[in-house]
Amino acid sequence: MWLFLVRRLVNYLVLIVVATTCAYLLAASALSPRVNYENQSPRPTEAAVDARLDELNLNDKTPLAERWVVWAGDVVTGDFGKTVTGASVNDEIEIRVLVSLRLIIAGVVIGASLGVAIGAYAAVKQYGLFDHLSTGAAFTVLAVPAVVVAITLQVAAIWVNDVAGEQMLVFNGEATPGLDAGFFGTLWDRMKHMFLPTMALALSQFAVFSRYQRNMMLDVLGSDFVRTARAKGLTRRAALLKHALRTALIPTVTYFTFTFGVMMAGTTFTEKVYNWKGMGSWLIDSIATNDVHAVAAVSCFMAVCVMAAAFLSDVLYAWLDPRVRVS
Amino acid sequence: MTETITRTGADEPGAAETGAPVLEIEDLHVTFPGRGKSPDVRAVRGVGYSVRRGEILGIVGESGSGKSVSSMAAMGLLPDSARITGSIRLHGEELLGLDDKAMSAKRGSRISMVFQDPLSGLTPVYTVGDQIVEAIRVHNPKMPKDKAAARAVELLELVGIPNAAHRFKSFPHEFSGGMRQRVMIAIAIANDPDVIICDEPTTALDVTIQAQILEVLKAAQRETGAAIVMITHDLGVVAGLVDRMLVMYAGRPVEVGAVDDVYYRTRMPYTMGLLGSVPRLDTDERAPLVPIRGNPPSLSDLPPGCPFAPRCPIATAECDQGEPELLEIGGQGHTAACIRAPEIDREGWTAADVYPVPEAAPPPEAQVRREDRETVLQVDGLVKHHPLMKGAVFKRRVGTVYAVDGVGFDIAEGETLGLVGESGCGKSTTLMEILSLERPQGGTVDLLGRRSGTMNARERFAVRRDVQVVFQDPMSSLDPRMLVFDVVAEPLRTHGLPKDRLRARVHELLDLVGLDPAHAGRYPQEFSGGQRQRIGIARALALEPRLLVLDEPVSALDVSIQAGVINLLDELKARLGLSYLFVAHDLSVVRHIADRVAVMYLGRIVEIGAVDRIFRDPAHPYTQALLSAIPIPDPEKERNRSHIVLQGDLPSPADPPSGCRFRPRCPKFAGLSEAERTPCIEVSPDLEATGGDDHTAACHYAQGRSVV
Repeated sequence: MWLFLVRRLVNYLVLIVVATTCAYLLAASALSPRVNYENQSPRPTEAAVDARLDELNLNDKTPLAERWVVWAGDVVTGDFGKTVTGASVNDEIEIRVLVSLRLIIAGVVIGASLGVAIGAYAAVKQYGLFDHLSTGAAFTVLAVPAVVVAITLQVAAIWVNDVAGEQMLVFNGEATPGLDAGFFGTLWDRMKHMFLPTMALALSQFAVFSRYQRNMMLDVLGSDFVRTARAKGLTRRAALLKHALRTALIPTVTYFTFTFGVMMAGTTFTEKVYNWKGMGSWLIDSIATNDVHAVAAVSCFMAVCVMAAAFLSDVLYAWLDPRVRVS
Repeated sequence: MTETITRTGADEPGAAETGAPVLEIEDLHVTFPGRGKSPDVRAVRGVGYSVRRGEILGIVGESGSGKSVSSMAAMGLLPDSARITGSIRLHGEELLGLDDKAMSAKRGSRISMVFQDPLSGLTPVYTVGDQIVEAIRVHNPKMPKDKAAARAVELLELVGIPNAAHRFKSFPHEFSGGMRQRVMIAIAIANDPDVIICDEPTTALDVTIQAQILEVLKAAQRETGAAIVMITHDLGVVAGLVDRMLVMYAGRPVEVGAVDDVYYRTRMPYTMGLLGSVPRLDTDERAPLVPIRGNPPSLSDLPPGCPFAPRCPIATAECDQGEPELLEIGGQGHTAACIRAPEIDREGWTAADVYPVPEAAPPPEAQVRREDRETVLQVDGLVKHHPLMKGAVFKRRVGTVYAVDGVGFDIAEGETLGLVGESGCGKSTTLMEILSLERPQGGTVDLLGRRSGTMNARERFAVRRDVQVVFQDPMSSLDPRMLVFDVVAEPLRTHGLPKDRLRARVHELLDLVGLDPAHAGRYPQEFSGGQRQRIGIARALALEPRLLVLDEPVSALDVSIQAGVINLLDELKARLGLSYLFVAHDLSVVRHIADRVAVMYLGRIVEIGAVDRIFRDPAHPYTQALLSAIPIPDPEKERNRSHIVLQGDLPSPADPPSGCRFRPRCPKFAGLSEAERTPCIEVSPDLEATGGDDHTAACHYAQGRSVV
């Protein structure tokens, strides 16, 4: 067992190394940090720029392979290098991962639970009014791009604020800068900031999960074991909850785990629209600012998240489904 | 034994010892409203019966006859959309119209059910113990968990699960089909119900397991004293088990009575046809079966008169006037729904008088001795092993499945070899290995004198022309998007038949298999199961093959339809001089169609020889058990037979026992002394002649014994 675990982890490690290296090589050859200095006024001398770039290991005059060796040597020790402005990439990751987590945990959990509940109920009431309404809602959200959803929510928030006569919902950043309102005041302030981006995320998750859960549920609704449960004397409701839903949840839970991993660095639009400094927006920002090391770091982080999520969802599947567990 | 007490005049009010009926159904109608434009489906139209404590009532009918729907109505398990009228009374209390909560209190405690497919009947994510405990506690919420668990173990022991306390914690997938059905029975009897409805409880099981489950059901009935409603399509199962029976057709009972009356004094032509179309294990002469022509009517578009009239050989104009009532005939609660029943009764007609017996096919190749005929297929020491993988997160090989482990047989020209065995014995794998034309892992396969694995592409193409296959499931083996014409024409096109001759050939083939060539422009789904299987046969015959491989060709069909297809195969063989490799689990069918039989067990052939010899005088204990387990559709014979009930399940082909593979379940081995057992444990027996013919059996102590 342990041997297989090790083999599998080594496999993942290789994949992560390959992905990150590719990302670094691509970023280092396509992005040009030199441009950042050339646009400054007064324009620094070439020698000064070279010196600065050498210091950051970003000088395009150094051969790519040489830069890579230096960078990779640092990465192995756990140092992802410096950003174009000279700050530590590691510090930035630490801050941004927490931001992303705060955003995603609430959004995905709320969206997925809502989606599961609505999808399962819609399946039970197949072709009923509830089913039609939830299907319509889910497909509407799926059809509209994330940006449009986010901006529509903003427009709605402005209207709510107008009606309320005060700033109920905030859609810029994750906290009011320099606010000093004690623990509960700060918490309330953060909640106000969180509401809209969380909603935006939850909506799209609800759409996906409700469709998925509805299909899973439909698969088991007519199954023999639900009929057996009712033949034992369970009411329809009890049989559906205890036998049908429990079985239909297995694929959803593993899908949820996977989604979570992918989302860690994948909520770019939401972060950009609501001006949250998370991992997703960092990728866009760092490409725009020719920040080679940040791009490589985000790519590495994405790879780790996807692999971890894939592994976790496999483990979870084996844990939840005894048919897989004992072979 | 309860059965013997209750057999007397169960329908008479005077039968005081049996008491008042437990379950009474009167004039039950179930209609499923059609969605959109499709018409309503009238699944049940006026079913009525009653059962008393300790009585077993059989309900027999083909698929779509409404036998399951009527019992699902009694359980209150039909979908809400179904319109149900009539009356269903349990101990005199009306069940129709009860809400889900009130009905749930009855379900599983007073009235319970055993379903057909045990593989999907248990929730995969809970242990079997928990599922039995749930059944107990849902009706006794105050019972502490440990007491309920103790009761569950007791129930598992009662239904014959070995090592019950340990197996209590197993998940359903760790149990075989037969074991799961035992668990289903344990759940059904958990609360001492008054009525147990069994809906085809053994249909999905192998015949030796079926014998075990029927024993368990009898034990369960002795234990609970419950009334049993046994729903089945198998006239053999009913014959030995039930007291009274009800034959259903197109949603209505057409003949009701004591089991002996229905079998020996049949008064309804449909019942006669049903009995006549079953291939019999216990008859030597090979007369063609008596098929019922046509197909059952659509339940959404019934004919105005008797629904059986369009298929009935003795229908008159009067039959189309109105649907006949169930009327008493011959006394003793024997009723039949046929206006000519009095006439049948008076004249004493039997199936042979009513149904035109098809002409017997001339015995093919009978003149030439077997040894002088060409060998079409020769298999020697064929081996196929699969790797056994384990784990979801980490896949790894943990062993080998010995699916086929040294199988050899040959088929002469114009001969039918029946390859029989229970599921998992490797018969389908053998077949696929032969059809693949690849070099086998071990042994040799010679098709028409050409060795598999040594042919080049063109030779393989040529051999494929001579070896064609008919698959089991006629529903899924035909491409639903192809016209019947294209289905049959495809092999012809592939092998380059000129276009101008295509149409004539396809029509000729459809005509050959008894289909109307005018229907060539239709899609497969417009045909019934039997007709689709005929299309499959036409496709296989298109290239005039010499060997036809038939993989369970009739097991998905109803008996009345099955008889027609078997007769067709018989006739085609005689007319076209075909050889058949006929794989089946139904030995009655094999007895009817095969010339020679090979019995497989765990990847080996245990007995092979001429069909009459094997059925009359089987030498291997497994063959004996297999034959003995098959119920015969003859109540008198069936009651007087003693079945050999094998213990346990088929061992895993990944871990076959040492020496003789049948040893752990062998009744003969059990009776041997320590010294006599040694060869069985140490040496795997080879096929050896048992004296006479070319009959061989792989048993150290082979000895003929008549069991049918």
